Amino acid sequence: MAQVSLRKIVKAYEGGVQAVKGIDLEIDDHEFVVLVGPSGCGKSTTLRMIAGLEEITGGDIAIGGTIVNDIPPRDRDIAMVFQNYALYPHMSVYENMAFGLTLRKFPKAEIDTRVKAAAEILDITPLLDRKPKALSGGQRQRVAMGRAIVRNPKVFLFDEPLSNLDAKLRVQMRTEIKKVHQRVKTTTIYVTHDQVEAMTLADRVVVMNHGIIEQVGPPQELYHSPATKFVAGFIGSPAMNFIPARLEQASGALVLALPDGIRLNVPEARSARYAAHAGREVLFGIRPEHLTDDKPTDKANPAPLTLTPEVIEPMGMETLAHFRLDGAEISARLDPATPAEVGVPLRLIAHMDQMHLIDPTTDKVL
Amino acid sequence: MAADGTIAVRDAAEITGGRANSLQRFARRRSTIAFVMTLPLLAVIVGLVAYPALFGIYLSMLNRRMTEFVGFLNYEILIESETFWNVFFQSCFFAITAVLLKALIGFWLAHMLHHIPNNKQRKWRGMLLVPWVIPPALSTLGWWWMFDPSYSSINWLLSIVSVPEVPWLGHHWWARIAIIMVNVWIGAPFFMIMYLAALKSVPEQLYEAAAIDGATSWQRLRYVTLPMMANIISITVLFSLIVTFANYDIVRVLTNGGPRDLTHVFASYAFQVGILSGNIPRGAAVSLFMLPFLAVCAFFVLRGVVRRNKEQM
Ligand SMILES: Nc1ncnc2c1ncn2[C@@H]1O[C@H](COP(=O)(O)OP(=O)(O)OP(=O)(O)O)[C@@H](O)[C@H]1O
Ligand SMILES: [Mg+2]
Repeated sequence: MAQVSLRKIVKAYEGGVQAVKGIDLEIDDHEFVVLVGPSGCGKSTTLRMIAGLEEITGGDIAIGGTIVNDIPPRDRDIAMVFQNYALYPHMSVYENMAFGLTLRKFPKAEIDTRVKAAAEILDITPLLDRKPKALSGGQRQRVAMGRAIVRNPKVFLFDEPLSNLDAKLRVQMRTEIKKVHQRVKTTTIYVTHDQVEAMTLADRVVVMNHGIIEQVGPPQELYHSPATKFVAGFIGSPAMNFIPARLEQASGALVLALPDGIRLNVPEARSARYAAHAGREVLFGIRPEHLTDDKPTDKANPAPLTLTPEVIEPMGMETLAHFRLDGAEISARLDPATPAEVGVPLRLIAHMDQMHLIDPTTDKVL
Repeated sequence: MAADGTIAVRDAAEITGGRANSLQRFARRRSTIAFVMTLPLLAVIVGLVAYPALFGIYLSMLNRRMTEFVGFLNYEILIESETFWNVFFQSCFFAITAVLLKALIGFWLAHMLHHIPNNKQRKWRGMLLVPWVIPPALSTLGWWWMFDPSYSSINWLLSIVSVPEVPWLGHHWWARIAIIMVNVWIGAPFFMIMYLAALKSVPEQLYEAAAIDGATSWQRLRYVTLPMMANIISITVLFSLIVTFANYDIVRVLTNGGPRDLTHVFASYAFQVGILSGNIPRGAAVSLFMLPFLAVCAFFVLRGVVRRNKEQM
């Protein structure tokens, strides 16, 4: 087990494509880090450089304090689980899991103990004599994980291990991976483009975009205080609403002027933070879960806005409503009991304590 | 065609009246239609494979004038003849050595090609395939000329590095080597192209997984490439073994069996005995001699292939 450090890592493919543009990342011992980002952002490339499957164009990678730039994959003491599992089709499940240990000349008895223990953890003991062809997708996934576990490596690398599974099995295996990590506690780097996987599994999430790291932090931190518009929009589902607005100073308090004459009061607690930006055009960011229907209570609605739903999507435990405000698409999460109807104006409340303001010129969250 | 066939059968069924119903049902069964559709192929196989083979076996059991059935007499005479055992030894030596060399060289070439980037690979692939594409009788003639005692260009090249003259076709061991060389030269590209296709079909991720599991490049070859190619390797080796055992043209053009009948293989010896000396049944016996061995060989190889297919594909 070990820490992993990436320092100014650059990867340029032939033809000048820069897939990774100088990223820095420190991963602690036992930590579960998830790299997440849209397709083509360089997640796999980063992971493959850590594995040694891809040459590094610039920068240093250290595993357990040793710089491994020029060390071949077999000497890095890592294990990797591939998206399509990459099980050896001519070997039985047992042989697949034992292969790495056999190559490293472990004694037979030791190999046997380790394979059986891993099979126990992953619940695949009855499958040990089968060939991969005779396994289901989820079982292959377990075997691929077993192959990694038996090696007891310094670092586990996962490249989208669940994306070939159906939705139900994916949720189940996600829990399984988390359980395994709680038991074996090996430093883990996990690549996915699914932000739910990232949020549920990670100790820390690394959000990547276009070959750079946008933000690193624990899931809750990314959710509550995203650093950039990209992170704000990427984390959370349905995605955060962005509405063009103008921050105005009105009799000592800050007010957001939205299209259609909607005016929302900025809470007292935020005024110090935003005061310097008064009078500027900003993007108002608010998550659908912080934009709910206005239920009649004794308190006055501090931030009311009335919008007309274009689409209503009942989901059971909640209802999603979609609106349009001066070109911006807006969605809100409603109580399923609310009688919302397409075309009928609906009074909403914006939970302004959860608001975000984004500088449209730098895309940074203010 | 299937429709025609079934209609015809149905018409026939109506004529017979009483059993019409069951016959009609029989004609409409999928298996019947399938059988009717494969009939042309079956006819070709029976006419061009089964009948000649059986006729060959029958021929080999006749006396020289083909007037009397003599059982296995021809085979018994062959087994007692020293010349035949020479032919047997030479055929086995030739076929096994040549197939091994072709497989090894083909594998090596395939590996080299596999590591050339795709756009440059085509040119090399084309050039390396040339020996396999030229009609063997012609290219063997070219080799014959290069081995010629007085004008041998190979000997001339050897003399430059002061290696003494080699009696290529004059001494039987050199002649055997020359035959193998030519056969390997012609046949290796076939192995190369088959192995190249097999190499391309091994998923790159298996190599990556093996590299991470700790395999050196030799171990990757041994534990990933070779097992993944096992089927192609065994099928090409079997196929080539059969074809090489039946090889005729190279021996015929290069040595014509000489010196002293020591370079004959089954096919050229069968031709000499059966056609040139006019003992057709004996010639048939020569050419059929390897059939049981190769059949057993084929059975085991193909069984292995089927088993691996079932388990892995
Ligand atoms: N071998 C290669 N040669 C050239 N460019 C490549 C190569 N491999 C990847 N790229 C480019 O590098 C960029 C990053 O690729 P990478 O595979 O790391 O993306 P990713 O984040 O894993 O995406 P996905 O979620 O689709 O797997 C992409 O723009 C891709 O086109
Ligand atoms: Mg990827």
